[in-house]
Parts: sequence; C-alpha cells; structure tokens
Amino acid sequence: MSYIIEIEDLWFRYRGTKEYALKGVNMRIREGEFIVIMGPSGCGKTTLCYCLNGIIPHLIRGELRGKISVCNLNPAEHSVVEMSRYIGLVFQNPEMQLVTTSVYEEIAFALENLALPRKEIRRRVEEILTLTGLKGLENRSPFSLSGGEQQALAIASVLVLKPKVLILDEPTSQLDPWSTKLVADLIVKLRENLNMTIITIEHRMEWAAEHADRILIMDNGRIIVEGSPKDIFKTPEPVRTIGFRPPQVSEIAYRLQERGFKIPTVPITLPEAIELYEKILREGRRYGNSNN
Amino acid sequence: METPIIEVRDLWFEYPGRVVALRGINLKIHRGEFLGIIGHNGSGKTTLVKHFNGLLKPTKGLVLVDGIDTRKLSVAQLSRKVGYVFQNPDHQIFAPTILEEVGFGLKNSGVPESEIIERVKEALQIVDLNKPLDASPHFLSVGEKHRLAIASVLVTRPEVIILDEPTTGLDFKHCIQLMSIVKKLNERGHTIILVTHDMYLIAEFTRRVIVLREGRIVADGSTKSIMSNIELLEENFLYPPQVTLLARAISKYGIPPNIVTTEEFVTSYGNLLSRLSTENPNSL
Repeated sequence: MSYIIEIEDLWFRYRGTKEYALKGVNMRIREGEFIVIMGPSGCGKTTLCYCLNGIIPHLIRGELRGKISVCNLNPAEHSVVEMSRYIGLVFQNPEMQLVTTSVYEEIAFALENLALPRKEIRRRVEEILTLTGLKGLENRSPFSLSGGEQQALAIASVLVLKPKVLILDEPTSQLDPWSTKLVADLIVKLRENLNMTIITIEHRMEWAAEHADRILIMDNGRIIVEGSPKDIFKTPEPVRTIGFRPPQVSEIAYRLQERGFKIPTVPITLPEAIELYEKILREGRRYGNSNN
Repeated sequence: METPIIEVRDLWFEYPGRVVALRGINLKIHRGEFLGIIGHNGSGKTTLVKHFNGLLKPTKGLVLVDGIDTRKLSVAQLSRKVGYVFQNPDHQIFAPTILEEVGFGLKNSGVPESEIIERVKEALQIVDLNKPLDASPHFLSVGEKHRLAIASVLVTRPEVIILDEPTTGLDFKHCIQLMSIVKKLNERGHTIILVTHDMYLIAEFTRRVIVLREGRIVADGSTKSIMSNIELLEENFLYPPQVTLLARAISKYGIPPNIVTTEEFVTSYGNLLSRLSTENPNSL
C-alpha cells in the first residue's frame, strides 16, 4: 500500500523552548483521502501542518526528528517554493497570505514566479476562477472582498499550482456563518471534482461527521485517536476527552442511552438521525428505558 | 415600570463617508436580561453595542443608559455602568502585571491602592484565574487571556456586560468555560449582551435575541421563537442548530418543532418514548 503522506515518530520543538510541540507523531494518508484533524489549542496541529510543507524547518527553526515523506519528498530537503507544487497550505486568516492588488494578480502571482508563458497563466487563472466561484471578481482588490471570498481566493492561489495535497489550517474559524458555508462548500467541491488529498483542521463536528473519510484527534503533541467519523462518534469519549462537542444528533443518542433508553446506533449526520429517531418512535415499545 | 437599563430611541448612525450603519433602532433592555444580537457581517451589531458604552454617539436619536443620555456621559463614567469585552484580548492587554492590567480602570478613577487589590482579587476569583498579581499577563494562555479581559471589565462592577464575539479563537472547552462564567454573572444580576455568530451559544445561553439586517432590527423575541424560525435565520444568512432541524423533521410524532438545545430534545423525546412504551404498548 502506498501513501501520499507518511510520518513516522516525528518530534519537533521550537527553538528556545523546552517542551516538544510534537511528541512522536505517526500518520499515514492515502491519495484522495479527506482528513479532518481536530484538537485543543496548543495540541500541535498547526506545527504538524508546518512540518508537512517545509515551513518547519526552513522558515521556523527548531529541533526536528523523525521521518516525513510528502509525495515521496522530504520537505526538509526541498525549499518551501518547491514543496508548494506538491502541497499547498491555506492559513486561518486569509489576509495573512494576500499580497497583491487584484484577485487576478493574486492567483497569477505564483505562476509568474514560475516564468510560465502569459497565455498559459491566463488559461490556468481562468480555470481556477471558475472552480472557486470567484469569476467576475477578477479586478477587485483582495481587501474589498468578504471574509469568505478572501479565503476562497487564498485557496485559489494555492490551487493554481496544482498541488496534489491541500492543507487548510482552520479555514473557517474567523468567518461568519455565510462565509463559513461558502468555504466549506468549496472544500467539498474540490474534493469531489479534483479528487485531491485534503487535510483540514476543523472544529465544526457536524461538518466533519458528514464529509471526512477519517478524523485524527490530537492532544499534547500526539495523535491520540483516529478513525472514520462513525468510529470516532460511536461513543462520546474521544471527543469529550479533548473538551469538544460531538455532533448534536450524536449527543442526543449518548444522553438518551445514559438515561437507559435502548438507542441501537449513534447517528452522526442529520439525515441518519431523522431516519433513526423516527423509526424508534414508530416502533416505540422496544426502545423504552429499563424502568419500564 | 422600572427604567430599562438601556433604552434606544430611533437611533441612526453614520460613519464618515456617509456609510449609514444604523437606521432607526428602537430597543429596551431590562436589568438581568441575557440578550443575544445576531446578524450578517455589516448588519450593524458592533456599531449598535458601541453606543451602549459611549464609544460611539448617535448621529440622530437617543441612547439612554439607566435613564441618562449617553451624550452627557464620558466613556469613563459609562464604564462603571457598561463594560465592553473586546473580540481579541490581545488588543486589550497592555500592562506589565496582572494587578495593573485588571486594576487599570480603578486606578484611573482614583480608587485607593488597598481597595484596588481587593477588587482585582475578587474579579480574578470570579473568572477563576489563580495567578500571582505580579505575573505578566502576556504569558497567559489564550483561554486565560480571555478570562483576564473579562476580569478587567468586571473590576469596575458594571451592571451591563457586553461581549462582542468573545469566543473567536477559543476552542470549545475554553469557550464553554468562558460562557459558564458569563452565565454565573447573569445569575448574580448582571445584564449580559452577547454579539456572536455562534448559533449554538445563542441557543444554549441567551433568553432573548434580536436580529439585525442593514442597520435595522428585523426580529426581536424569545431565543426559542427566533432560533427555531429557520426561514428567518436563512433570510439573514444564519443557520439554525442541527437539533432544531431534527426536531422539526420529526415534529409530526409529537416532538415540539421549536426545540433549540439538545437537552430540551432529549427531555421531550425521552418523555414521548416512555409514554409510548408504557401507556399504549399495543398501538405501536
């Protein structure tokens, strides 16, 4: 079995700090997988992303040990610019990575650096504009866009290099609900249309439950649990351990079970939940709590 | 009738460059309320609450705090009635020690040092922050900084506390920690005004909600009535909690369609299920 990303016993500590931010991370990701990473602040998730695209150790220094392979390359041995053709990173705050004066320029920027012919640049920018829903905004200043459009632009300017892997570090945490939906829908679309390998750090459980192939939970520099959403949310423990809130439809099942009702499975998405809770009411008797 | 702690009469506000942010707001907030303010970006939420502590003054209309026109009060005077917790605590933290940081508002109003220390200790205790008074605030964790920011507001014992997106950048655990402190403050009698995009927090903690759109109040009602009005929320680019969608989908079986928290759902569903399985076992 071949993996597009392979990490073995990865340790990292930032220069000048005593404690390791990563304490022996092991992770294997197959091509085309959609991975959601979650964990409390300070758990090491952003550090892990920086190791994958080479920001660590090239731009952020410290002590790095262990094995990393991304598309068969070791990011420590290739420049960040080189790695960006294989793995694209989108930050939490889109303003952090917008540098030019128009949407078109922003997307074309990375391609101009590769010295591609003008015609080819135009073609690829057009393609990405359509894909990311930014068509019609080409001439606008990036700073005049809504938060959601800015984040879509940040994604577009990473995608234009056609990386095989896209990493998003809490892409919606600074956005309002409308923008969040815009970006979340875009990520799902990329996954469906491009069959990309996508890793996103995300704390919206309902969304993760619906879309992720696998969820990795990090705490204190380690991946402590991993599994399909179905496995992760089967019991409340994995998510409650790190102080997070499971999907509401799952939470309902745990609480009914705690009160003695015989809820046969834990639904993780709304359609599943509607079907299950409806069925139980129709066949009510069999599921009554133990007091009956 | 008791004077509302905050009353807004036909409030209009225009930013320089003729950007009209508020267009005729009328609102009464009573002592002890826990009010949520929601709306799309640019709907005027922050502009409105900045009028409550006098950071902004009306272009037209009137804002009364405890019956007094805010134009007649300085921000310092108002800060004893209305405290404002900023979105990002780093914007608010500047002093070299926790004592100076939290005690700043008191020192400014000439409160004696011994009383400052007492009140700073009290405020830190309420937010559950047990750190030495001479420690630097800059080395606190994100969650601790948020609590410190609230302590700095609490120390002047304001009747009203405004929280503007207080949980941005906090993970769920810290967010709940913060909100349980806020809930405790409300139980002690403080009026709470919460501006947030997080519909889960609105559903779980507030009792009344107003929805703003383009500088106007388009809905004002109980949290239950607003948060279960899926069409109203969607019109305003907001989304109801998952549990509300579930309750509505199976409401024909007797689950109330206006459920907004998981606890309400579990109680109501559990009761229904118990009744179905005991009272009328044969009809199932």
